Amino acid sequence: MSIDKETARKVAKLARIKVEDEALDALAEEFNAILGFVEQLNEVDVEGVEPMTSVTPMRLKRRADVVTDGDQQDKVLSNAPDAREGFFAVPKVVE
Amino acid sequence: MTELNNLTVAEARDKLRAGEISAVELTEACLKAVEAAGALNAVVHHTPELALEQAKAADVCLQAGEAPDMCGIPLGIKDLFCTKGVPSQAASAILDGFKPEYESTVTQQLFDAGAVMVGKLNMDEFAMGSSNETSTYGNVVNPWRAEGDTTDLTPGGSSGGSASAVAADLCLAATGTDTGGSIRQPAAFVGITGLKPTYGRCSRWGIVAFASSLDQAGPMTKSVRDAAIMLKAMAGHDPKDSTSADLAVPDFEAAITGDIKGQTIGIPKEYRMDGMPDEIEALWAEGREMLADAGAKIVDISLPHTKYALPAYYVVAPAEASSNLARYDGVRYGHRAKLGQGDGITEMYEKTRAEGFGAEVKRRVMIGTYVLSAGFYDAYYNRARRVRTLIKKDFEDAFASGIDAILTPATPSAAFPLGQEFDDPVQMYLNDVFTVTVNLAGLPGIAVPAGLDKSGLPLGLQLIGKPWEEGALLNIASTLEDRAGFVAKPAKWW
Repeated sequence: MSIDKETARKVAKLARIKVEDEALDALAEEFNAILGFVEQLNEVDVEGVEPMTSVTPMRLKRRADVVTDGDQQDKVLSNAPDAREGFFAVPKVVE
Repeated sequence: MTELNNLTVAEARDKLRAGEISAVELTEACLKAVEAAGALNAVVHHTPELALEQAKAADVCLQAGEAPDMCGIPLGIKDLFCTKGVPSQAASAILDGFKPEYESTVTQQLFDAGAVMVGKLNMDEFAMGSSNETSTYGNVVNPWRAEGDTTDLTPGGSSGGSASAVAADLCLAATGTDTGGSIRQPAAFVGITGLKPTYGRCSRWGIVAFASSLDQAGPMTKSVRDAAIMLKAMAGHDPKDSTSADLAVPDFEAAITGDIKGQTIGIPKEYRMDGMPDEIEALWAEGREMLADAGAKIVDISLPHTKYALPAYYVVAPAEASSNLARYDGVRYGHRAKLGQGDGITEMYEKTRAEGFGAEVKRRVMIGTYVLSAGFYDAYYNRARRVRTLIKKDFEDAFASGIDAILTPATPSAAFPLGQEFDDPVQMYLNDVFTVTVNLAGLPGIAVPAGLDKSGLPLGLQLIGKPWEEGALLNIASTLEDRAGFVAKPAKWW
């Protein structure tokens, strides 16, 4: 399976990383090198093998569904590049 | 008299408790060493005021006779750990200026035990790399140099700052994290001990996530005993990490008895790689002899899916990374790109991430995005997870056949020059060929310095243990350490 320039463009878009048009060919080549390496996995017989979900057999713990934290608006916003009036500020999302 | 910063954790603990030295004196010695070691670029955020404050508090505890093992011990903390009020950026430009409002569980536990932080340590960006060349802070330099050569060498990665700082005696020990070998490979490259505990032994809460099913924090130390002491302080159940194991934390140090008679050590034939340097083959053979000489039984074993571990890793880890790193969007923390006229939120995301992430991080996020995308999920991601099940089963079968631990080389080479492998991602990935299986199987693994190559650079051996049996693993590692008698230190040039 080979990745072309258009696929590279689509992947960059899905990952929300801006890649200039002239860099796409090189990117596609890098993807192909890595995916070529990964192709070896096709040699393995995985018939009937369950995909791993948890490396240590464990049941996730549950806790009571109650509020245990909160009231920290200042702290939540303290690292925001743009925070105004108690909110994160972003460019207009809806016209 | 040896400089205080050259002490091991165990030595310093005993001297502190005996009142021979104070935590402030010890901390000052480390801070002085840090100041003089700018050329290594290991420490990227200096915290001398915090360190001295913690040291004074430690001295009070010591005087009251209530000091835990780590009380007054100066540590370096990998930049991946969130430390309250201190920059924590995972060596990425996208987290420029980020100062957490909270403390990671592991660092909180260390500080509760009285440990002192001398500073935050350099690393590969988001822990993605094997040579510490992807950091926004620049390369870390290995304190070791080949004999008669002044070429700068890599300390390995991703915990390269931790490795360099401990090997150069800038701190007594350091925290690291290991997703595919990021504690053990750098430890081997600088001649120190590096332990990756069983997945779930240490809480991941407050550690910047790379690949959540593989990431695990661990100690990087000057001796195996120190690793045991420090792991005890780092480990334990944390309600804030649902994958942290609710198991009692044993006294790992007490497990170091030096007696390994009757233990069975497996030697996996698949770890004999084509093109492996003779010196590493020879070191591995010496390791077998040392353990046999100490009374262990050495058995050849097979881990048939070893070859597929790296390819499986390079599907699973990028897939998880693409998901984990989605949070860096320029909204809640860190860098936001300057926007042009008419740019909307999508442009904000795309420009922010293009500017904030380095090349290797972008590469892995996009590979992860691809293998998780519609139409490829089964072919790549699910297949890799199936292979992962088989890799884990290889180890389970070995342990079920009576093997107590497995001995392998730690790395396929000694430390290489900075810049040498940087342009070839796949070549770089091969650095983790001996370590990555352990992450995929969730097992504990430890790198122990065992010798020098012909140019005088350290080489390490790796021991792999059963899940939750770090104590037994440390005991075997300590025996190997004793027999190998590795005492070499890098000649100071920095």
